[in-house]
Parts: sequence; structure tokens; C-alpha cells
Amino acid sequence: MLDKTVKKIIEKSKSLGWILEPDAKALMKSRGFDIPDSILTSSFKEADQFLTHSKGPVVAKAVSKKILHKTEHQAVVTGIFSSDHLKNEMERLQKLVGCENILVEEMVQGIEIIIGAKNDFQFGPVIVFGIGGTSVEIYNDTAVRMAPLSPDDVLSMVNSLKAKEIISGYRGKTGVNMEALTHLLVNFSQFVMEHENDIESIDLNPVMCTKDQCVIVDARIMLQPS
Amino acid sequence: MNLKYLFRPSTMAVIGVSTSQDNHPANVIYNKNHLRYPVKTFPVNPKGGIFSRETLYQTVEDIQEKIDMAVIAVRSEFVPGVVEQCIQKGVGGAVIISGGFAESGNLRLQQRVVDIAKEASFPFVGPNCLGIYAPDYVDTFFLPGERIIHPDKGNVGFVSQSGGVLVDQMVKFAGQGIGISLAVSIGNKACIRETDMLDWLDQDLATKVIAFYVEGFEKGEGRQFIKKAEQCSKPVIILKAGKSKKGIEAVSSHTASLAGDYRVFSEIMKQYCVAEADNEYELTSFCEALSCYPKGINGNIGIITLSGGHGVIAADACERHGVSIPGIEPATIGIIKEKLSPEIRNIVSLENPLDLTGSSTDCDIVTSARHLSRDNNIDCIMALLIPYSPGISTDIGAKLSLVARNEGKPMIAYVPNEDKYRIIIEGFELNNIPVASSVEGAVLMAKALMRCRPC
Repeated sequence: MLDKTVKKIIEKSKSLGWILEPDAKALMKSRGFDIPDSILTSSFKEADQFLTHSKGPVVAKAVSKKILHKTEHQAVVTGIFSSDHLKNEMERLQKLVGCENILVEEMVQGIEIIIGAKNDFQFGPVIVFGIGGTSVEIYNDTAVRMAPLSPDDVLSMVNSLKAKEIISGYRGKTGVNMEALTHLLVNFSQFVMEHENDIESIDLNPVMCTKDQCVIVDARIMLQPS
Repeated sequence: MNLKYLFRPSTMAVIGVSTSQDNHPANVIYNKNHLRYPVKTFPVNPKGGIFSRETLYQTVEDIQEKIDMAVIAVRSEFVPGVVEQCIQKGVGGAVIISGGFAESGNLRLQQRVVDIAKEASFPFVGPNCLGIYAPDYVDTFFLPGERIIHPDKGNVGFVSQSGGVLVDQMVKFAGQGIGISLAVSIGNKACIRETDMLDWLDQDLATKVIAFYVEGFEKGEGRQFIKKAEQCSKPVIILKAGKSKKGIEAVSSHTASLAGDYRVFSEIMKQYCVAEADNEYELTSFCEALSCYPKGINGNIGIITLSGGHGVIAADACERHGVSIPGIEPATIGIIKEKLSPEIRNIVSLENPLDLTGSSTDCDIVTSARHLSRDNNIDCIMALLIPYSPGISTDIGAKLSLVARNEGKPMIAYVPNEDKYRIIIEGFELNNIPVASSVEGAVLMAKALMRCRPC
């Protein structure tokens, strides 16, 4: 049943070549990974209700088949507390190229990490893990391992980072829940192995990790050219 | 595929021997094997004729005896036909020296040869290669014996995509006293590839360490290789060429741009404890160290030096290569101090590096090595032996080797590579202790042990 969801989403995205964020998130959820509570809507009223009922600020993102890298199009707004702010930003986002819908999500805090996958020509599926965020390519503090990963691989990936103390906790700051991180990475690597023929690469960036959980805040899945 | 006849042939046909060109590859190969190797060698040329007072066979099928292996050095267009003749004759395998295949765009011709061989399970090395150097058995390199430097027979199996790199590496091995069990240039690797060689060398009793020079793998082949390396009972070393970032500019995801082809290669080698050498010098050091010590270390080195300067140079190199120099336990310092000669007791530096000064004797060095080996913080001893000091005897290599064997911790030595010090070097090497000819080389050996699977 769950695998059917995955197949259905992959099939419907093939012509585009990549999976839109709401679908990518649904796919991750179907595999048992945590994603933020959200609503996909074009109505301000619905979005506003979501904001009222959420525990804290929300994030609004434009969902467009023409926007692959949202940051570069200013298609993500974080830290929305008020209805007015939400309204203004929704109106702006809806004017962005190809915008079909707005994804409004609860804003999740934590340590930003990147978990990625790539179908390598020589080695098949490989997993990337490291310090995430929009500057990931500048810092490039990541580790690469061949999938599937074992829990020991996860530990060695963490230990190989320059910023490993950020993951383990330093100067009184709590780190990342290693059990949750290991569970996510090991299972994600298995998912990638199962779908190596469909998937070219995946960015889960950022994944917000705390001492309690790891939540996938953004997901981009590039499909193999058919 | 049975590769026995290729690497341990008793009889060999060299096809393409020329009656007019003395330097033709087939002539060079025929001459050196016929004159200097135990393999019984038969010259073949479709036109027949006389060569060195011997009648050339017109086809391999004309040879009365069973032929284990054929060297094929004819023009590329004739290769498929010659391979068919070899199969017909029941030859055990071939080395195809000839170029003019995939490397110059003739993919179809190469595929024809592959198809013919595959159908008959006929193994071949190449095309476009130097082939095989198996000390005491066979040498298909088309380079005159007097021009190349052969390392002695030893325990390193080396496989290279490039013939030039292979020959050059053999010079480096010979220079460091590293011996070869088998060296194979696999060229276009149309049939026998790295994975096949890994299988063969894993089983080969003469080989203790397996080294590769690789430019690239086919689709999915890297995964196959690494899985075999993981199962392999011997240390595997790899030198990769083609590390540039070419081809990843147009990628559309962060992951793809972070994980370029070489980055993926290098990290996966590390993940599976294949020791990746950064360059040919590292490859040489890695081969020597891992042929003595097949199990890895965590990289906590205890350095014994007779000169403060060498200790500092070693410490710098250790930092550069990620090798650590931990503090020595106070109990170790106490016992070493107690046992040192009274003349040096108050002038030595009892830290790590342990500087015993130029006034030390064999006895001081041996005692220090013994107790440093027993220190829990240390998992490898590095002895920087500058043999200029009058207190050092020519037996120091053999004496320290005995300490290493008794204490059970790896030891790496540095001794200047001079004829004068040969007896010290051999005192180590004949007792299976690797000797570097530079301080940096000794540190690279420690790095090799760190890159290998830990005990």
C-alpha cells in the first residue's frame, strides 16, 4: 500500500523530471519519516486558519513546476506570526512564475543538516550527510558513503565532519538525537536502494534535528531521465 | 574464467613475430622469454619465414604442443581471426598487445573480439596493453629487458590500467626494495578487469598486498569492486587518476554537486578500508608497509629519534597526514629513564618524539623501543635511525626487528637509502619491518596502516 503511494507519485512526476515539494514530502511521510504539519492551499482563509491553530510561526512556500531552487526565487518566507504578514507574502508568492499553490507549514527549529542521495555512475546509490542550509556548497562539510548505510556508517559520517560537535552538542548546547538521526539515515538509504532505477538524486535540505527528533523541512527529488 | 594459464604458463606462442623489424613488440617479447624465462616460447607469423635461425609457425594451430598462453601482437584487424585460431587450438588465454581498438574509437572491432572470446570462455588481457610480468614465469612487456628495471620477486600484486604507469611504478618499487608477485597492465580491460584481478590475487599464495592504478570504472563496476575488496583477505591499495571536477558543473541538486565523481570514489574507498594513495610515492610506501602489516592501526605513533630535528620533521609530517603522536604514559617514561645509559640519561628528551640524542647506543634504542611498545597510548613505533652516531652498530636493524616481533606492535623505520647502510636496512627488511628512505616516507607508511582495516 505504502509502496503504491511512492510509485504513484513517481509516475505522475516523470514528465516534469522532478517531484514537487508537497509530493516529495508525502512520499517521505509514507516511509515513516517526520515532516512538519502543513496545508497546501491557494486560499488565504485556509492558510490563516492554519496559522491560528499552529503552535508557533509558520513558513509559506510557493509550489511551482518552474521553481526548482526556491531560495533563488525568494519563494520561501519563514517566521510568519501574523495574518497580515501571511496575507502580504501569499499575494507576493502567488505572483511568482508558475505558482500553483502555497505550502504553509509549521516552522520547525533545530540544527540544520542535509541528507542527500545520488545515483553514482560507478557506485550506484550513495548518501551524503552534513551540515545543511542554503550555504551547504560553500561550507561543504559533508560525508559521503555508499548505500545502504549501517548504523556504524552513520557514526563514522558524523565523526568525519569538521562540525561534529554541532551534532553531538557543545558549550552547553544540546546536540542531535543520534537514534533518530541513525534511524532516518539508515532507512532513507534503504529507500534509495529500492528506487535506484527511478531516482537520480535527492536533497533533504534542511532536515531540522533536535535532541528529540529529525524533521524533513524541504525535500527535492530529481528523477532519472526516462 | 580460469586465469592459471595466463599467469603461470609453461608454453607460450608469440603471434606477430616479424622477420624484418627487430624492434617489433612481438620480437622483443619472444626474445626475452625464449632466452631468459622458463616458459617454452614459439614464434608465429602468418607469412612464415625464418627468425633467429628458427622457423616461424604460420598459425598457432601448427604448433604440436599444447599452448597455455598466446601473446597477440598483430594489426588490430587481424586480431579477431587470431583469437579464433587460439580458441580452436585450445589455448588457455591471451595477452592482446595490439592497439587500435576502443582507445582509438574502434569499439565495434573490440566488441567483436570480446564476443568471440566470451562464447568460448577464453580469457584475455588487453587489448592495448603491456600485459603480464610474472617473475620466474613470463614477461610480456614489449620493452627490452636491458631498458627496464625489474623489481625482485616479492609479495605485491600490482594491476594498472596504464602500461606506462606500471613500468614507472616498477622502477619505484625496485628503488625501495619492494618485490612483485605479479604485475599486469590491463589496458582497455575488454575482458579481464580489476574485479577479476582482485579475485585472482586474493587467491594467489605469493601475493600479500594488492595494488591498483585505476582511471575509472564502468557503470556499477565500482560497487562490484568494493564488495570484492571488502571480502578480500589481503590489504587493497588504490591510486586513482582523473580526479578533476569535470562533468559536474551542470548538476541540479546540492547533493550531486557536493558528491562529485572523485569525492564519491575516495570516500567509498575509505568506508570500505581500501587504502587510497594520493600519489605514486604514497603508493610505494603503502605497498611496503601493508606487505609487512596487513592489519590496520588507529594511528598513535611513538617516535624514537637520535636527532631533535628529525623528530620535529616527523611530527610536522604526522600532523599533515592525520597521524597522531600521543603523550607517553609516566610509567613508561620512568622505566625508560631508569634503563638508559647514565651518559645520556640527563640529556635525552623523554617525550614523544623520544629524542635519544647522537650519544645513544644500540642498547638505549632497543630499551626505548621495547618499553614504548608496551605503552597503552602507542600502537605503532617509528624509529628514525640516522646511523652516523658512533654508538650505533650495524646490528641495530636486526635487533629492533626482534623487539617488534616480541612486543607485537608494528614498527616502521627510517634509514637513509645508501649502500653503506645496506646491512641495517636488510636487518629490518629481511625481518619484515618496512624501511622508508625519508622521514616523510615513514609517516606515509603509518598513514597506510591507518587506512587499512583495524585489527
